[in-house]
Amino acid sequence: MKRRLFMKGTLAGSAIAAALGAGLLAPRAALAAWPKAVMESESVGDTGSASAAVKIKAPEIAENGAVVPVTIDATGIEGVESISIVAAANQRPLAATYNVSGGAVAFVSTRLKMGKTGDVYGVVKSASGTVHAKTQVKVTIGGCGG
Amino acid sequence: MAKNAVKLRAKAKKGTIDIKCLMSHPMETGLRKDKKSGEKIPAHFIQTVVAEKNGVPFLQADFNSTISKNPYLRVQVEGGKGDEIKVSWTDNKGETGSGSKKSK
Repeated sequence: MKRRLFMKGTLAGSAIAAALGAGLLAPRAALAAWPKAVMESESVGDTGSASAAVKIKAPEIAENGAVVPVTIDATGIEGVESISIVAAANQRPLAATYNVSGGAVAFVSTRLKMGKTGDVYGVVKSASGTVHAKTQVKVTIGGCGG
Repeated sequence: MAKNAVKLRAKAKKGTIDIKCLMSHPMETGLRKDKKSGEKIPAHFIQTVVAEKNGVPFLQADFNSTISKNPYLRVQVEGGKGDEIKVSWTDNKGETGSGSKKSK
């Protein structure tokens, strides 16, 4: 068991070294450490100010809370660093963070689970600050059973 | 299809590649309880997703357990026909999966 742990440790170490080596090219994309504290936090976090440049598309009424399609389009903003999707009513509000680099278009679309009706935020971080757009999604059947 | 594969579709149009992918994963939150035994089902979900174009990563996403089962992801990147797109994921148990495709 100890040997396994040791092996894991060395592997992780070399992965970090490799990441640092590639760091000059794409620093954000290469470092793949999962931000546990942020992900498990129950607060919505910093959403910045509202902006019309961020477009968020989500259904007004979600019949099935387990699958809520959300699209965020921030192509109107220059120098986008990351896009986060936040479902304010969920136990763990932050659903995902997309760190973009190297020619990626500031556009993401995915599907969320939502326990109950609440606002969905599209938070966009760019060189000029943090902005968001939000929309309310009504959930008629819970998806995050528990 | 192999287990843990990422189903991928990449289509180039006017200098951008539209990538749609489906990952096959249970995405357990760790909050759900087993109806019969009443015990919590351990968390099992994708944590990081990396998308690459011709071997260069352009998107690194951190997923939370909030993302739906069998996650669907649509992203766009600058590029043209024939660019190799690769999407790979890692979950909280250290399992990985990936898929790649040449853009059409």
